[in-house]
Amino acid sequence: MFRQASRLLYRSAAAGSSKSATARAFSTEVPSTIDSTFVESWKKVAPNMDPPQTPSSFMKPRPSTASSIPTKLTVNFVLPYASELSGKEVDMVIIPATTGQMGVLPGHVPTIAELKPGIMSVHEGTDVKKYFVSSGFAFLHANSVADIIAVEAVSLENIDPSQVQKGLAEFTQKLASAATDLEKAEAQIGVEVHSAMNAALTG
Amino acid sequence: MASNAAVPFWRAAGMTYITYSNICANLVRNCLKEPFKGEALNREKVHFSISKWADGKPEKPILRSDTPGV
Repeated sequence: MFRQASRLLYRSAAAGSSKSATARAFSTEVPSTIDSTFVESWKKVAPNMDPPQTPSSFMKPRPSTASSIPTKLTVNFVLPYASELSGKEVDMVIIPATTGQMGVLPGHVPTIAELKPGIMSVHEGTDVKKYFVSSGFAFLHANSVADIIAVEAVSLENIDPSQVQKGLAEFTQKLASAATDLEKAEAQIGVEVHSAMNAALTG
Repeated sequence: MASNAAVPFWRAAGMTYITYSNICANLVRNCLKEPFKGEALNREKVHFSISKWADGKPEKPILRSDTPGV
């Protein structure tokens, strides 16, 4: 008998609550008030059962954004096999986004950036630490926390310049002689990554 | 319903992001100086043993390994 209850409830409440449901569909905040029309209709039909939970009630509320911009950026830089930086407070990071080198300061607008092969630099006072990142993503949150994830990140001094030159020449040649789309794509990736490493070492 | 945003060249060629990312990572690893290169390649070694099951019993497993002879 109660199996039908939710279907009937939905139909009857659809006109009333559908607007609020769709308005909440893309909300960025966890609703602090439960839909009271729904709860009332539920209580009428099934007074002894608790109204059902919704996924939002299990979610932790988003960390609140400070009203004033923090002075430091908190960086979490992780690789699949190691946590390079964890909760480190810095002044700025410059990340190699696909749209270009992006400087991230505390209070940066929330962004998700895809990274291209390039240099990521972490600025703390006068210290600058550079990493060559193979690819990854950077999630910049509203509370000045930056989560940067990369598959491979190496210090510039650990890159062998002669290997880079060799690789660049090899892939440029492969690109010229590639036949299928896939071969062309792979050769193109090779050229891009090696050019980026070359630029990182010489720039 | 034609393609909206400009797709990256690797996706246009039928590659997924994970494949692209792994290729980039491998290229970077191959350009490292020793001993970092050895460490990195060692870290990424994988060893698979795959067996199909039939009638509730596993058949002969297929081994795929970067450390041959294991």
